[in-house]
Amino acid sequence: MCDRMTQLLLFNVTNGLIIGAFYVLMAIGLSLILNLSNVINFAHGGFLVIGGYIAYTLEPYLGFWGALIASPFLTAIIGLAIERVLISRVYGRDPLYSLLLTFGLAFIFEDGTRFIWGANGKPFTIPAFLSQPLSNEFFFITGYRLFMVAMAAVMVSLLFLLLRFTRAGIRIRAGTLDLETVAALGVNVRGLRSLNFAVGIFLAGLSGVLAGGQLGLEPTMGAGLLMPSFVAIIVGGVGSLPGTLVGGLLIGVASGVTAAIFPSASEAIIYVLMAVVLLIRPRGLFGEEGMLT
Amino acid sequence: MSETHRKLAILAAIWAALACMPLWMPYVGGYTALGSRVLVLGLGAMSVNFLLGFTGVLSFGHAAWFGLGAYGCGLILKFIALSTPLGLLAGTLLGGICGAILGTLIVRRRGVYFAMVTIAFGQVFYYIAFQWSSLTGGDDGLRPFYRQPLHLGFATVDILHDSAAFYYFVLICFAAAIAVMGFILRSPFGRTMLAIRENERRARFLGIPVEMHIWIAFTLSCFFMAFAGSLYALVNNFADPKGLHYSQSGDFVMMAVMGGMRSFWGPLLGAIVFVVLQDYISSITINWQIFIGLTFVVVVLFFPRGLLGFLQQRRRA
Repeated sequence: MCDRMTQLLLFNVTNGLIIGAFYVLMAIGLSLILNLSNVINFAHGGFLVIGGYIAYTLEPYLGFWGALIASPFLTAIIGLAIERVLISRVYGRDPLYSLLLTFGLAFIFEDGTRFIWGANGKPFTIPAFLSQPLSNEFFFITGYRLFMVAMAAVMVSLLFLLLRFTRAGIRIRAGTLDLETVAALGVNVRGLRSLNFAVGIFLAGLSGVLAGGQLGLEPTMGAGLLMPSFVAIIVGGVGSLPGTLVGGLLIGVASGVTAAIFPSASEAIIYVLMAVVLLIRPRGLFGEEGMLT
Repeated sequence: MSETHRKLAILAAIWAALACMPLWMPYVGGYTALGSRVLVLGLGAMSVNFLLGFTGVLSFGHAAWFGLGAYGCGLILKFIALSTPLGLLAGTLLGGICGAILGTLIVRRRGVYFAMVTIAFGQVFYYIAFQWSSLTGGDDGLRPFYRQPLHLGFATVDILHDSAAFYYFVLICFAAAIAVMGFILRSPFGRTMLAIRENERRARFLGIPVEMHIWIAFTLSCFFMAFAGSLYALVNNFADPKGLHYSQSGDFVMMAVMGGMRSFWGPLLGAIVFVVLQDYISSITINWQIFIGLTFVVVVLFFPRGLLGFLQQRRRA
């Protein structure tokens, strides 16, 4: 009996970590954009959906792997164009305007997706060997879910390495702390912001492809996945990418465990967690006082 | 005409137009119920603006208090007592008190951080309303309940079937709420809010307890919003989780910005434009969201001061 309980708990923690890894992948792109450009990108979910649908369209020609690689790049290009043409115009203004602008874009994306691909869900087929459960005895975890975690881990590690060791990465980190000084040192801040935005959208596009394989594609899926990313960022602390990483995993586990004990609260629990964190440590787990406050 | 006279004339014109709405509405292709909706959503937008335009704090989760007001009012009418005033009172208290409690967690944040925290907290109530279907009706919404006739002692007004009578009831509630709002903004407290908006640091140096003031402003705004939400439940005889969703919050912020967020009346103008546009576009195409989205983008890029700000600028030029 005790064994069964442990097993169930272990299963749900693992499950939570898997969900959490996915939240991290999405939230870290959002966090990247928020940190450097002070933009809460409401359209992030929209970019995720576009990434998923582009992969769906490309799959018959390129196969799963080709679509997985091509789609995030195409999404990033769309993101770059939108950043150049629209979002860059409101950088100097009150953050309210970028919030409303991306909020409007989210509407356009969602309805546009519905217009192009239809309102009904679309399946996104994954290779057969990934859809097998790994073990029938204990965990009904498919290879695909493990693959999602591996992708998230690789991408996040890659991102951290790029931010640590490349020139552009170091500039982005510096810009997060003090963009004005970075500009004064002669760095092309405009280009830096665009690059940073494109990287964030690339991660959104990748999340979309991965989510499509797990849940299927629907025009409204982006909006539902956006909120957990917000919570992940707040719990981890605005301004800190490692914070977002920890925050995402934490809320994933919290909702995974709650789903086993009290299923109808599994969505609300992450907000309770957020309230507790804000009560005890208002700046978030890894946030620094004074960042964006 | 002096400036004060001009202002009084404009004010008289606004109230006259509002008071005669049931008369002229049919001629512009509207209907009386649309007028009630505009007033209620306008009150909501003005509540958001109370915080955004006059304290400089952006709450993007105000739909939560709006929706809580609607549910509070609806639950009273459905389960407890068939009384419209009691429903309004309960809705306002429910939304306002929840706002006041969560406000204590939020007020220390600023800027985008404040916006994000309010969005996220707003969603809690959405999920609760969505999941707790035994009480709230879940996704289908809370029904059936109906606004009840008003007993004034000497007469009974049937606001359920007589849409003009209901419109005037809403108008009186609206007038009372914004009179209180205007009074607060003119009080020393309202002046302090403006000081915080203009320069928080200096306000702090002057010894103003900034967090306390923002919390009070936030709480007042939540009460106004919950009152609007309670009225909204009466307008529709229905309350649904969508009223709590962050996209509803976005609509309110948009109305405030579209109308002109530094002015007292701007959000009402924004609400009129928004509701009429939505009503009109959704009647011709199912892809009306694209047009709403485009409107957002155009307003943000080209009319950041809102319609009223734009008109005032033109007048000065």
